[in-house]
Amino acid sequence: MSVMSVIRRRRRSVSTTSVSFPMMVASYVVLFAWTFVVLFPLYWLAITSLKTPLDVNNGPFYIPFRDFQPNLDSWHYIFVDLGPDTFRPYMNTVVVGLTSTTITVFLGAMAAYGLVRMRYRVSLGAIGSFAAGVVVAVVVMVAGAPWQVGAVAGFALFLLLLNTLARRSKRAVGNDDIAFWMISQRMLPPVAVVIPIYIFFQQLQLLDTWAALIIAYVASHLPIVVWLMRDYFQSIPVELEESAAIDGASPYRIFRSIVLPLSVPGLVATFLFVLVFAWNEYLIALFLTSANAQTLPLTVAAQNATRGPQWWYMSVLILIMIGPVIAMAIALERFIARGLLVGAVKG
Amino acid sequence: MEEEDLSKVSGYVSTRGFRLAASTWRPLGARLDRVAGAVFILPAVVVILGFSIFPLLASLYVSVSRLSFNEGGVDLKFVGLDNYAKLIVGIDRVHLLGLAGPATPLSIAVLLAGYGLLAFALYRYVRSGDRTAVGMFGRVFVAVVAGGLLWLLVTTIMTSGRPGTLVVTMVYVGVDVTVQYLLALGLALLAVQHLPGRRFFRVVFLLPMMITPVGVAYLFRMLTDTDKGPLYPLWAHFGLTDVSWVTNPWGARLAVMIGDVWQWTPFIFIVLLAAIETLPHELVEAAVVDGANRLQVFWRITFPLILPATSTVVLIRLIEGFKIIDLPNVLTNGGPGTATESLTLHAYTIWRALDIGGSAAVAYILLILVTFIGVSYVNLFRRRVTAMT
Repeated sequence: MSVMSVIRRRRRSVSTTSVSFPMMVASYVVLFAWTFVVLFPLYWLAITSLKTPLDVNNGPFYIPFRDFQPNLDSWHYIFVDLGPDTFRPYMNTVVVGLTSTTITVFLGAMAAYGLVRMRYRVSLGAIGSFAAGVVVAVVVMVAGAPWQVGAVAGFALFLLLLNTLARRSKRAVGNDDIAFWMISQRMLPPVAVVIPIYIFFQQLQLLDTWAALIIAYVASHLPIVVWLMRDYFQSIPVELEESAAIDGASPYRIFRSIVLPLSVPGLVATFLFVLVFAWNEYLIALFLTSANAQTLPLTVAAQNATRGPQWWYMSVLILIMIGPVIAMAIALERFIARGLLVGAVKG
Repeated sequence: MEEEDLSKVSGYVSTRGFRLAASTWRPLGARLDRVAGAVFILPAVVVILGFSIFPLLASLYVSVSRLSFNEGGVDLKFVGLDNYAKLIVGIDRVHLLGLAGPATPLSIAVLLAGYGLLAFALYRYVRSGDRTAVGMFGRVFVAVVAGGLLWLLVTTIMTSGRPGTLVVTMVYVGVDVTVQYLLALGLALLAVQHLPGRRFFRVVFLLPMMITPVGVAYLFRMLTDTDKGPLYPLWAHFGLTDVSWVTNPWGARLAVMIGDVWQWTPFIFIVLLAAIETLPHELVEAAVVDGANRLQVFWRITFPLILPATSTVVLIRLIEGFKIIDLPNVLTNGGPGTATESLTLHAYTIWRALDIGGSAAVAYILLILVTFIGVSYVNLFRRRVTAMT
């Protein structure tokens, strides 16, 4: 078969994967149907934010100017009357969301890469030593000693056992077990852990600060990043990394110059929803913050006054909350575009 | 095999690696390379461990104590398994486990079919060549627990009984994750095509996920209002404006599930979309050249290749789905009665009543349930998927 015919076949095959007309119509019908399902609630939010309490309570009005006279009272209230009480949470949400997400994606991608391309073996003895150390630390703390003493005692025992008993054990856990351990940290519902977390940050004197929220969000969202990025890294052809390694590139360099650029779609997608999680988190923020570091979800929930939810204010707040995230999704969408890997594997 | 080769190029990591590297003098760069494995994973492990281990142990301890508030602090009194006993055999049993009704033909048929399937799966494993003692024990254990959960589901739902929060949570998760997955897969396959305007759909489809869950809950409370909500004409048509739909247990549960599907379908959608986009294009092209049609391309190429991503996102949604709280709390306040209460909301209501120990016990029951389902899922499904690719 001549080279030209191969090229011609390849050309033709590309055109056959493009969409036929009936398929296109069917696709559009379904896509627009779901678009309606998605957008109608948001439309309702938007018009509710333009209604007066009276308009809301007098039954459903659908179309501004025809059914009711839109006004900006609610917007005025949120931006002017509440003023600082809107902007401070907003600022907090932005800072905490972006910082924690950046750290999470960075640390999580590193760990995920390690889990995909390297082999870890943690002996059960080492885990047992660690557990023993933790138990001792907790016992010391419950007994009333300051937590620093407990931590030092636990750590000392851990090191001692690690260098004596742990070396004898042969059985070990591997990469999959580590990954599952990570995701299992998300299984306990927040309701159960908020009080310990509260005490934890109280001891560190970090309550009502950005730092507390950032630490909490990084730790609780790391498992998700690790799990999602693991799959993307797995889909990268290992040959590229192998040849780079043969050429003398260090693991860090391979990670930075080959793996990360190739997994941009995965990284962007992961960044987006970790940002969304951090942006919208409610329960932990409720406990860890009061006035200074309060975030927007608390402001939204606070509109549920004793007289019932104040839909109009709530709508405004929800809308200004999703604004930046939507902007970000639009800006980052093009990275989730097809074909970033195509050129790389061809050679 | 692949792992072995790699370990040679990118450095084999073991706990011993540190010691070796530290004891022999090498240039700094080479030493750093040697411990690359540890450098990659340790930051994440330290952060997760440091943050999670204390809350985990603390709430375990609280779940076996009675916590009371007094002047200047809290009193913890060890009460053993009292909190758990109260939930499983004591006064809170109906709340958690529900009330079993008398058997009906349907419930008996479903139970028999379910147990038959479990027995058949076990039988197949026994007859297969590669069974091990551990694998056998694990599967028998899974079968027994799954059988128990099935019994709980069937006897409280398919009879005149009343499902407890445990069953309701499982129904939420089962229905939500299934519907979300099917919807998301369909939408991802459509949105991945080269259609004019596809960027628009992609961004729009993500919107529900971006709203804070509390906000979504209030939004759906607004939308489902039979008197002032946008569906008023519909309710009026059926003469339902006076009877709030919240009075019907299944109606209320359906509303909660619709809200959850609306909010979280985008999550699965974007993961599957990204997974399909990173597929090597050549495979599809080659298959098309060889005369495969759309359906064949999907079943033979796309579907198997996105299975790893699928199994991940489904696991994450399973875990997150079990923690559903905002929707039932805001939408129906758990009502009517406790019909829409999820386990997390159950824990929260007990917690609000200042029974912190009982609340921690509910949370631990949830943890045990999720761990059971998660481990079974990983061992029976995910491992097979990752071994395949």
